[in-house]
Amino acid sequence: MDFLVSHFAEILFYILAALAVLGSIGVITLKNPVHAALSLLGTFFIVAVLFILQHAEFLAAVQVMVYAGGIMVLFLFVIMLVSARGLTTQAAFLSPLVPVAVIGAILVGALIASAVLLGVFATGNAGPEALQTVDGEVLGNTEAVGMVLYTKYLVPFEVVSVVLLVAMIGAIVFGRKDRFIEEHEGEVGS
Amino acid sequence: MITATHYLILSLMMFSLGLIGVMVRRNFITVLMSLELIFNAVNLNLIAFSFRLGDLSGQILAIFVITVAAAEAAIGLGLIIALTRIKDTVILDDANEMRS
Repeated sequence: MDFLVSHFAEILFYILAALAVLGSIGVITLKNPVHAALSLLGTFFIVAVLFILQHAEFLAAVQVMVYAGGIMVLFLFVIMLVSARGLTTQAAFLSPLVPVAVIGAILVGALIASAVLLGVFATGNAGPEALQTVDGEVLGNTEAVGMVLYTKYLVPFEVVSVVLLVAMIGAIVFGRKDRFIEEHEGEVGS
Repeated sequence: MITATHYLILSLMMFSLGLIGVMVRRNFITVLMSLELIFNAVNLNLIAFSFRLGDLSGQILAIFVITVAAAEAAIGLGLIIALTRIKDTVILDDANEMRS
């Protein structure tokens, strides 16, 4: 019991890490896109918990709202829309699966081995206070992020809003019915 | 003691799995989901360094990454809709109009 209490953070991290990796494996192996999307949803939540463990509470909330609330709904919506047209879930993988998997496994193993062997960042962490301080006063993570975002990073913030606008217009253009395609239907399709 | 190295290794595994998914899968929707996995791994990396160094810039950059990921998801899913409208498929190998 003493071990559990004194190593609570470590045990929690390893459980969450295992679940995150399992979720990631589920995303790339499950053949049904709906199952893969649900696996991805679980991974998003676990990553949000990992954010909280590192004192990024605002990012965790944003992660849940934007990813789990926005992007996942968009994905599931499109999956339902597309599979309503009778698409099969077969032929999910490229045929030369084995060489790519071997290369990927070697890559992962080499990188993990080098990270463990080097242990560059094995020293301790800075305290959470640095992530919660506004003008020398400890308030909270959200206040600190807002202060930095709207002063030091104001120009990137405005630029990224333009990116969102462009993406919105692009999505509308892609998504709407195209008169050219309707006129030439049958010529393009196989 | 959980250090930044642990988070970096977890982030590395998620990134590699996402990369394998992008390379191996043929379903366009699953490729986009693997791409989201890669974005998440990058965010985990940024947050780990932010906590390690006590610097908020990593969290700000993660916010920007989430924004770009949302834009990418919107565009990509719009492309899926357009692809199904033209070819009635989401398999990437079937989108071979440009191949002579």
